[in-house]
Amino acid sequence: MDAPLSRIEVLVLGAVGLAAFIGLWSGLSVLGIVPPQFLPAPWEVVGRFVTLLSTPFAGFTLPEHLGSSLLRYAYGVLLAAAIGIPLGLLMGWFRILDDIVTPIFDGLRFIAPIAWVPFAALWFGTGIGGPILIIFAGAFPPCLINAYRGAKFVEPRLIEAAGMLGTGHLRMITEVLLPAAFPSIVAGLRVSAGLGWQSLVGAELIVASAGVGFMMVQAQASVQTTTVIAGMVAIGLVGLAIDVLLRQGETFVRRRRGLD
Amino acid sequence: MVRRGVIVGLATLAAVMLAWYVATTLTGLISPGRFPSPSDAWVALRQISLKGYAGGTLVAHAYHSVRLVVLGFLVAVVTGTALGLAMGWSRRVEAIVNPVFLLIRPIPPLAWIPLAILWLGLGDAAKIMVIWFAAFVPAVINAHAGVRTIDRPVIEAARMLGTPRWRFVSEVLVPAASPMIFTGLRLSLQATWTTLVAAELVGALFGLGRVLNLAQTDLYPGMILVGMLAVAACGWLTTLAIAAAERRALAWNTAATRGAG
Repeated sequence: MDAPLSRIEVLVLGAVGLAAFIGLWSGLSVLGIVPPQFLPAPWEVVGRFVTLLSTPFAGFTLPEHLGSSLLRYAYGVLLAAAIGIPLGLLMGWFRILDDIVTPIFDGLRFIAPIAWVPFAALWFGTGIGGPILIIFAGAFPPCLINAYRGAKFVEPRLIEAAGMLGTGHLRMITEVLLPAAFPSIVAGLRVSAGLGWQSLVGAELIVASAGVGFMMVQAQASVQTTTVIAGMVAIGLVGLAIDVLLRQGETFVRRRRGLD
Repeated sequence: MVRRGVIVGLATLAAVMLAWYVATTLTGLISPGRFPSPSDAWVALRQISLKGYAGGTLVAHAYHSVRLVVLGFLVAVVTGTALGLAMGWSRRVEAIVNPVFLLIRPIPPLAWIPLAILWLGLGDAAKIMVIWFAAFVPAVINAHAGVRTIDRPVIEAARMLGTPRWRFVSEVLVPAASPMIFTGLRLSLQATWTTLVAAELVGALFGLGRVLNLAQTDLYPGMILVGMLAVAACGWLTTLAIAAAERRALAWNTAATRGAG
């Protein structure tokens, strides 16, 4: 491995890389090597992005599409957390529940979240219910697994001490397992949030009547590449924002627990 | 204690099957338009296995999808691992590529589907492109991290012994980074299945996603269930295949194989 580079070298080389990427993209588009309707220049995408902020496409403006995406996303992820975390803790405490749920869960886990699309559409329609089921399917496993592992790896001494003091099942779960598993649960939530966002995009491409994914499919159908790429940018930006927020939440929790 | 788990597991399976039968067939609690009864599912399975559905038999659809996953996956593994190794090895390459990589990385592979269809149409090429995106990013990240975790004394010893560059790559760099590389591959594989099914659902001429799509438009719950189970089975089989490959490739590394077992 070479010696670490100075900060200026990193900046310069990074700029070179970015310039090469944008230059190649612009060149292919401007020189007509790739027809512009298939590869618009970067500034056209930026322009389109700004236009979409105020002009409706496929029925809504970009912020409105994002709003309906985020609403579904919040419902799906919250539902996954609300079911997955308590179930994981219960499985970590009651052996029989663990034995019963684990085989079902392991079997269902191999079904890609997106494969729920036909049933989601059949059961809940294409409005808000169908996509929520798919987001739920994507976000649920990490919630459950991390709560379960967190509860399983609680120091036995803590459980024994609490048991000796006559702690009942309910208080054992809420006052011993939950606090001890908390860092693991938060880490699981961050994974869930990422997978949920991916599932949302997939769900909206297939079953939705609004949302960024829906906007992109409509744009694809009418060969509006600029709008498709603008949608990708919006999805990337929101995904990044969610990840940054949760990462900070995780650091905050770990620091308060004295884990870092 | 293993035995107790197996017994409860089997009992659970039997209970689920019984509940399925009771809810759909005996009592009609769940209408057949919403979820198939066991016999509906059996009829659908027989139909797609013997006569075919959506233009082919189940085996043909599954083969088509698995082939695409394997092709896209292999291309992504070769390109992604090479880039990750280069980024791990040379700080210059890392400094040049990293900003572009960070720019593209937040875009989920599924979001490339509409663009892939615009560029390459509904055929196999578009599917391979999105599968490549899905598997490429984890391959790069883990190969990069793998190189960074190599013990410095190993590298220095190889240098001191005057190892030629290509032997250094094939005998030090790749083997030492391979446990991390395989971690990346397992992550990639999961991502590729999700992506392929999504891409085939958005638009495809053939494959398991096409079966699901047609079954959805036909309002054919039995076939939907068969399609979902087929997707799960293929995902499971490819996961087994990569675990076997890992055990073979990392036989020298007892710590890693024990973890992967």
